[in-house]
Amino acid sequence: MTTLAAPQLTGTGTLLRFALRRDRLMVPVWVAVNALMVLSMPNSLKSLYDTPADRADLLRQMETNSSLRALIGPVFDDSLGALTAWRVGVYAGALAAVMSLIVVVRHTRDEEESGRQELVASGMVGRRASLTAALLTALVANAALALLVTAGLAGQGATGALALGLGIGGVGLVFATMAAIVAQLTESARLARGLTAAVLGAAFVLRAAGDSATDDGSSVLTWLSPLGWLENLRSFADERWWVLLLFLTAAALQGTAAYVLAGRRDVGMSFLPTRPGPAAGRLASASALAWRLQRGSVLGWSIGFLLAGLVYGGMTDGVADFVGDNDNAREIFERMGGQSGITDAFLASMVGMLGLIAALYIVSSVLRLHGEETSGRAEPVLANAVGRLRWAAGHLVIAFGGAALIMLLAGLGFAVGHGKQAGPILGACLVQVAAVWVVGGLTVLLHGLAPRAAVAAWGVAGAILLIGWVGPALDAPQVLLDLSPFGHLPKLPGGQMEWGPVLTLLLLAAAMTAAGLAGLRRRDLST
Amino acid sequence: MTKAITVSGLHKTFGSTHALDGLDLEVETGEVHGFLGPNGAGKSTAIRVLLGLLRADSGAAQVLGRDPWTDAVEVHRRIAYVPGDVTLWRNLSGGEVIDLYGRLRGGLDTGRRAELIERFELDPTKKGRTYSKGNRQKVALVAAFASDVDLLILDEPTSGLDPLMEEVFQRCVEEERDRGRTVLLSSHILSEVEELCDRVSIIRKGHTVETGSLADLRHLTRTSVTAELAGPPNGLTHLPGVHDLDVQGHRVRLQVDTDKLDAVLRSLTDSGVRSLTSTPPTLEELFLRHYQEDVTPEAAR
Repeated sequence: MTTLAAPQLTGTGTLLRFALRRDRLMVPVWVAVNALMVLSMPNSLKSLYDTPADRADLLRQMETNSSLRALIGPVFDDSLGALTAWRVGVYAGALAAVMSLIVVVRHTRDEEESGRQELVASGMVGRRASLTAALLTALVANAALALLVTAGLAGQGATGALALGLGIGGVGLVFATMAAIVAQLTESARLARGLTAAVLGAAFVLRAAGDSATDDGSSVLTWLSPLGWLENLRSFADERWWVLLLFLTAAALQGTAAYVLAGRRDVGMSFLPTRPGPAAGRLASASALAWRLQRGSVLGWSIGFLLAGLVYGGMTDGVADFVGDNDNAREIFERMGGQSGITDAFLASMVGMLGLIAALYIVSSVLRLHGEETSGRAEPVLANAVGRLRWAAGHLVIAFGGAALIMLLAGLGFAVGHGKQAGPILGACLVQVAAVWVVGGLTVLLHGLAPRAAVAAWGVAGAILLIGWVGPALDAPQVLLDLSPFGHLPKLPGGQMEWGPVLTLLLLAAAMTAAGLAGLRRRDLST
Repeated sequence: MTKAITVSGLHKTFGSTHALDGLDLEVETGEVHGFLGPNGAGKSTAIRVLLGLLRADSGAAQVLGRDPWTDAVEVHRRIAYVPGDVTLWRNLSGGEVIDLYGRLRGGLDTGRRAELIERFELDPTKKGRTYSKGNRQKVALVAAFASDVDLLILDEPTSGLDPLMEEVFQRCVEEERDRGRTVLLSSHILSEVEELCDRVSIIRKGHTVETGSLADLRHLTRTSVTAELAGPPNGLTHLPGVHDLDVQGHRVRLQVDTDKLDAVLRSLTDSGVRSLTSTPPTLEELFLRHYQEDVTPEAAR
């Protein structure tokens, strides 16, 4: 093992201060949103499950409902603190992981890909300073998050709060060091983020599979996932402190691996080399170029949505079978509206969740316009015989068409996984497209009229996601829920199809897209 | 001759910055026109207006007889543009980009494409990210020179090219001129401008301070004269157009406005000339006079 000689770290402090300054907005927002989600939970859970009897009911329900366990995880105790850890723990950990991977890739591979790293590395900067500064930035962010969670939940029990805070931060650190490894492997920051996110997705699926099989998190699958460690820490439920060692060990091993890899390669190079391309090209139009640039992403999202549909569709069958087997559960589900009622409700909530995620796809796809423009790549294209509308249309067809495609594939996955109700499920998925397109239209509008604020579309998508995921649990006022286009969709399958709101959303999407394109035609190109 | 580009009284502001402040520019069809100015003078802004990427606040611009903003696509069909800093897509090869740009213009001459790739020593199979700065420029240059267009707009196109490639570039521009194409060349490399350009326009702080052929412009500047005389000089101080006069005994050094040279030489020969050196104005002096902050355009004339 190589040692961390001091000269290799020269300049780390300066780089760390610089990184924190660059992230002075991004990291606090991520930390605050995540902490807010966790800290608001005891109150909303208190209003949902007020009496001990309610909570005992919930516990029983979770013991028997493998699908819900797969989504959220098992409950270990009926205190408000334990319920909070159960309800948001995995999601807060996942959010911390996403924040950490973004931070680390941003200060390592992004810097190298843009060429800025060369300038930095030519200064009085040690060979390992950049990676160290990136990891320390992630450490600072996760420590702040852990501190906020611990302090904010101390009222529910100081030790439990500390365990949950450290666990969430621990997941963040594991994925920070994971991102540090992946950043050594690829030349593209986008690919590094994508691969690390894929590992996070795999961690979620492992935990979900494990938790659907066992009701106490004891499955091997759960133990293979850092998100599973977080739940097995059992915050507020007789904490198992030794689980924290898993986070520490994983972070230490991965961090060491990243340093070893980084020490064996040149600046800007990677272990996955770039292959040469063709000497002549077939691209003949702006649309072909747009497709070439976005096809990989469309393919990835398509596969993801098809798989998600298959998995969730398969789970739905599990719920139905289970209801047939278990008297206790049948009683619960029949109270909620009979067997078809719970199946539909589960399907509807899963379809809705995929719809919310599809909103992220459409934002990223529409913002390709913004990326092409600000990077200077759009300028020479538009200096050719390509009108701005045709240029934009090339990307927008992929954004809007792709959103419909991935929802259709999710629907097919659901239908195949569930094995029945193909028509209603496909319909339910396609109805989501109306709301997804509204988010897309808003992004086009921002890009067309206020190009400097275009990335605010991410903020809007994040807010819509938050409203959709946390809003109902928080029992948020209807006014707030109505802000999200998804709140206006009919609850399908199971509910009544309402064309009115769907058509209104479609019109709204069309109007915003048209206004955005009109703005794009009239304004100066950003340079 | 018809005009390929006419611009008059162009204004463009970005917030409080007045990037273009009454810019005028005329480029004749078939000429190579040098477009010069210090950093931040507004050259790139002007070019972006000519490409219809920016809309001018006021003033008129015509490119190939059309409005570059409203008829952008039609105009662009006959234009090839090379920016000063070419960015490429990381996962597209240079060859793919050349062909894409060619097809998005009026078409590509495949024979010329192959010849240019050879002359510029470009490897078209490399992906965008792996090209150096000079090689990225070459990708855009090959695409421009191989395209079937009437007007080339080149914005500091040779940044990052080595001297050999710079030479290839100059030959290519000459070939374009010989084929009757028009070239607007924004450049900082004065030898390049001197070699290639029929006429030049110098801009500063967003407006044109000088336009004309290099011969015309030389007339507007001063010639340095050093002379050894037989007797003391006489009456030089009173001659119009004489500057920086330095007399030490029989030795005289002075600067004189080039169009007033005749009177100075007469005065010198009156005193009897033993030796004389006269240096014509260099292009650098020409530009430095316009680039320097303290010289107002009026005083320079």
